[in-house]
Amino acid sequence: MTGVSEPTNTVRSERMMSPFCRAHILVCAGAGCVSSGCQAVYEALMSNLETEGVLGEVKVIQTGCVGSCDLGPVVVVYPEGTFYQRVRPEDVPEIVREHIVKGRPVERLLHRSADGTLAPNLASIDFFKKQVKVVLRNCGVIDPENINEYVARDGYEALARVLTDMEPREVIDIVKRSGLRGRGGAGFPTGLKWEFAARVRADQKYVVCNADEGDPGAFMDRSVLEGDPHSVIEAMAIAGYAIGANQGYVYVRAEYPLAVARLSHAIRQAREFGVLGENLFGSGFDFDVEIRVGAGAFVCGEETALLASVEGKRGMPRPKPPFPANEGLWAKPTVINNVETLANIPPIILRGPEWFASIGTEKSKGTKVFALAGKINNTGLVEVPMGTTLREIVYEIGGGIPGGKAFKAAQTGGPSGGCIPAAFLDTPMEYDTLVKLGAMMGSGGLIIMDEDTCMVDIARFFLQFTQDESCGKCVPCREGTKVMLDILTRITEGKGQPGDIETLEALGNTIKNTALCGLGQTAPNPVLSTIRYFRDEYEAHIYEKRCPAGVCKALTRYRIDADKCRGCGLCAKACPVGAISLAEAEAEETAAKAASAGGAAAGHARKRRVYAINTDLCQGCGACASACRFQAVVKR
Amino acid sequence: MRERVPFPGGGEEVKAMNTALPQKQAEAHSTGAPEQAPAPAPASTPVVAPSPAPAKVVRLTIDGQEVEAREGETVLDAARRVGRDIPTLCYHPAVGRIGSCRVCVVEIEGARNLPASCVTPVAQGMVVHTNTPAVREARRTVVELLLAAHPHDCLKCERNGRCELQNLAMRLGIRTARFNREREHREPDASSPALVRQPDKCVLCGRCVKVCNEIQATGVLGFAYRGTRSCVTPMFEHGLGESKCVSCGQCAKVCPVGAISEKEEWERVLDAIADPNLHVVIQVAPAVRAAIGEEFGIPAGTAVTGKLATALHRLGFDAVFDTQFTADLTIMEEGHELLERMKSKGRLPLITSCSPGWVRFCETFFPDFLENLSSCKSPQQMMGAVIKTYYAKKAGIAPDKIFSVSAMPCTAKKYECARPEMNASGVRDVDVALTTRELARLIKAAGIDLASLPDGEFDPPLGISTGAGTIFGVTGGVMEAALRTVSEVVAKRSAGKAAGGGKLEFVEVRGLEGIREAVVDLGGQQVRVAVASGLGNAARLLQRIRDGKASYHFVEIMACPGGCIEGGGQPRSGDPEIAAKRASAVYAEDRRMKARRSHENLAVRRLYEEFLGEPGSEVAHRLLHTTYHSVEEAAQVASARKEAM
Repeated sequence: MTGVSEPTNTVRSERMMSPFCRAHILVCAGAGCVSSGCQAVYEALMSNLETEGVLGEVKVIQTGCVGSCDLGPVVVVYPEGTFYQRVRPEDVPEIVREHIVKGRPVERLLHRSADGTLAPNLASIDFFKKQVKVVLRNCGVIDPENINEYVARDGYEALARVLTDMEPREVIDIVKRSGLRGRGGAGFPTGLKWEFAARVRADQKYVVCNADEGDPGAFMDRSVLEGDPHSVIEAMAIAGYAIGANQGYVYVRAEYPLAVARLSHAIRQAREFGVLGENLFGSGFDFDVEIRVGAGAFVCGEETALLASVEGKRGMPRPKPPFPANEGLWAKPTVINNVETLANIPPIILRGPEWFASIGTEKSKGTKVFALAGKINNTGLVEVPMGTTLREIVYEIGGGIPGGKAFKAAQTGGPSGGCIPAAFLDTPMEYDTLVKLGAMMGSGGLIIMDEDTCMVDIARFFLQFTQDESCGKCVPCREGTKVMLDILTRITEGKGQPGDIETLEALGNTIKNTALCGLGQTAPNPVLSTIRYFRDEYEAHIYEKRCPAGVCKALTRYRIDADKCRGCGLCAKACPVGAISLAEAEAEETAAKAASAGGAAAGHARKRRVYAINTDLCQGCGACASACRFQAVVKR
Repeated sequence: MRERVPFPGGGEEVKAMNTALPQKQAEAHSTGAPEQAPAPAPASTPVVAPSPAPAKVVRLTIDGQEVEAREGETVLDAARRVGRDIPTLCYHPAVGRIGSCRVCVVEIEGARNLPASCVTPVAQGMVVHTNTPAVREARRTVVELLLAAHPHDCLKCERNGRCELQNLAMRLGIRTARFNREREHREPDASSPALVRQPDKCVLCGRCVKVCNEIQATGVLGFAYRGTRSCVTPMFEHGLGESKCVSCGQCAKVCPVGAISEKEEWERVLDAIADPNLHVVIQVAPAVRAAIGEEFGIPAGTAVTGKLATALHRLGFDAVFDTQFTADLTIMEEGHELLERMKSKGRLPLITSCSPGWVRFCETFFPDFLENLSSCKSPQQMMGAVIKTYYAKKAGIAPDKIFSVSAMPCTAKKYECARPEMNASGVRDVDVALTTRELARLIKAAGIDLASLPDGEFDPPLGISTGAGTIFGVTGGVMEAALRTVSEVVAKRSAGKAAGGGKLEFVEVRGLEGIREAVVDLGGQQVRVAVASGLGNAARLLQRIRDGKASYHFVEIMACPGGCIEGGGQPRSGDPEIAAKRASAVYAEDRRMKARRSHENLAVRRLYEEFLGEPGSEVAHRLLHTTYHSVEEAAQVASARKEAM
């Protein structure tokens, strides 16, 4: 047993040996903060700490994603939990001098809530208040490149307990009782999936982690892999033990280089620490994990296409049955779980299925991570208990719609999902209610749309995506979505015809019923759900040749309100096609009116110049409206 | 009509050989061997060895009818068996399940959508409806979508009238075009000597891709791109001619539409016949007569040898010869080669070289086996060489005034006759190789109704053949023909007298399984033989030999699964039993022949006496044998030639 206890001891002793620090500075190094320049902030921190001579007293950690991506780069200082947002390298000297050396938080960099109150720490920020972090428990908290930090947060304890205390069927039983359902899309019960694979007798089985996150705007899997890679590795080993597999593959898309790098690093560390490899915890159980990098096909998120891709073939789905639990990778029984699903496993083992099942609703247990995006004040990753209403997410966590505009709809489940209109804002977000509304949970993309969003255009956008990403194998998906897309494009171009809506509905339903895989079966959802809730907008496009939201360029025309126009000419300068010029007649008329009003005002009015738009030339680009400072350019 | 050049020396004795014997006499003729069923057990997937799955019975309901089915069987199979013909497009019995077109959808109670019956296994208690409004609407929509993406040039299409997409549109009663979409044009690919691809017509059913990768193991065709840009193409969108395609044509045989077909050359033949300066001869391969009747509404499994001879004469060919003659000649040469190699401890196993698709496959993928290949040319090329030398001399016609046509079950023969070394006569030996399908078009174009023709005969001397030549048309046939002759040669040698007594029917090498093995006793020596058909099976067999897991003296390999009867140039058929039916036609022909061993072919004997000397002679080597080059070598030779020029 020496071979077993040694690495664990090493972990413990290293943990104990780490020096005492009076402050921890966490610099978010999630993808969002990396793009907004957190590396420079980190470097500035290190050099300033050194200059101030306090480098030895504080510990600086680059963490995974904190979640509040639009506030990045984010720096959190503990023990207080002070949350600094949009930190630039030139802010760093002040933080170090004032906060670290003198203990006075830098107020100007703190977060302010919508009503202007200062948030002294992370926990007091609305965005985080309502969140319950299970999946993202370590993201933004630990250094993802240091296995010790994961271990310090009970990492690999679940695996140890499973391997030393439990039979595989007990593990499956726990997962079943937890009520955990797949977070990748369809919401299949995870424990049941494991049970199916465990039941099959085979010389070889596999565990595959689906990290081919492809929904536009969704990045929860990426954040877990970048911020807490060991949670996935640990869960895969647990799954392997439960079903009798000793090899795992993580299929991650090539567009996530940071996730690939951190996961590779974590796998290496796990092998060094003996928590991956042979004879884990002296149990005689071997398990290893390899990474397979995808080539950017959305369809490879579909499990059978993913398996084909891992095998080195073209990523094309195949009919089921046989299901992967019976015949998966290289025709061997295979469990495929999504990243977020797996990240739930270690806490379920450690805290028990009852604890997990106490979170959420009757049929949807635990939490769900949403990638909040679109027309919303606080964009980023939010983790909430299943059953949280859309209203809570949008208004309490998301901080509402920018510019005080009205909420119009939310698109859940990315291009496979549907939209939820304002009437259903109080709908609890859980698998089955979403499906009833014509949407779906999907992987958790949540795109908020305001009154300025055209629902026909949104449907066209998502269908364009699925059409481009259709693998081309089955006719309904390949050809059907193309015909639907052509119709939608026509409608947005003002060439809609009577009967188009009915054709879209009929075709959409046939595609749903006949397509080979999940991609095709869900591709019509955005169109069908927008027709269901916003049929009047489709009708306005087709019959009145009008885009109510003023988005569809071919249907949008601008005019200049002569009463508001000050004649500054900015609109004419901004117009790329020269469609705006002085409208002399109107100007004179206005002048004449002013003259009849009498007095000195007449002379002043005569100097007023009013512009007008030549509708024959206007392309509807809206540059004039943006340029005008007096709201004189209006859509008509 | 032009006067036919009489062939000098074709005596009655020789000519009589071709006369078919009455059935009773034929049976009596098959001495020695016990009476065995000639037709092998039909296999729905001829390439894979049947798996001995325990047949558990499942009960389900299809359209209100209680049905018993085998576990693992598909809903489609079960439905068709009880007379419910669900329409299909991507499904083909010789290719297997794909599940891409979604035409065969059905309603299954409890299912959340409409599953494709071709890939849905039956289950106990399943309730299936094959013809509900929802099902009809779905099928119709799918076919209408395909039509929206398909060029509307049916009238000019090779498949006009025999197109599976047309048939579907007809069957589903489609009369309007509900959908419209923009189409991207892709250029046709005519870079291959044998095949033409027209990607615009492709419905992306995936049959060709599956055949090329899984059955033929050549891996030339694959899918590229996504969405509506998806297409079937060789890698990097190269032309077929620049790919590793071996021209087997299995893709063309299973294509449901006109997207892949043979390079059509039959009009050149009509032109040649009309040219008074040319002496136009044709040779017909054994498998052609076993299948061409299908194109004229004659039931599958009927050999139309006599009618075909009449049709070819009526078409105006100056001489109608039989490739079976050179099949017999091949046995003489190859049998000689086998005995030589066994005697001199030469490279074994000897592997047959009749199938040009296989030869090309060997040159491309298994060049380490090139020395195992028999140096014999294929019967087509032997005939080509003999026609423009021996026959030309006899008939007094200059070789360049002979236009030599072959009718083959094969597309690779087009490639083979264009190989630069195939000019033993000083000019190109075979001018045009037609597929069985093209020959049918030629006959139809001339207004000849094959079905109503009286039986005729092939012309002597090159139209004379034996049953051994006939069975070249089916997998295992070359092997059996060789064994018939070799066993007798060996028997004679050991007995020291000119007595017969060799075995006639070697049923152990017959059958449609992809790989078969047998040990044959030849004069006390145990000779290990193997037969493989389909290039995937060939690759598996060769790999086993390479790995030292198997060793043989003699191996027959045919490129197409089932042999020439299922060649890439044969009539297209969706009948799962088609290979078995055609094979039975071939074996029936064999039994009807008076002589059934190649060395009993008197015309072949005369050819040796008058012209070649003996098997393996210098003349025989010059005319009837060839050499092979690996693809790399060939490329070097070609570039060296280019530099020299």
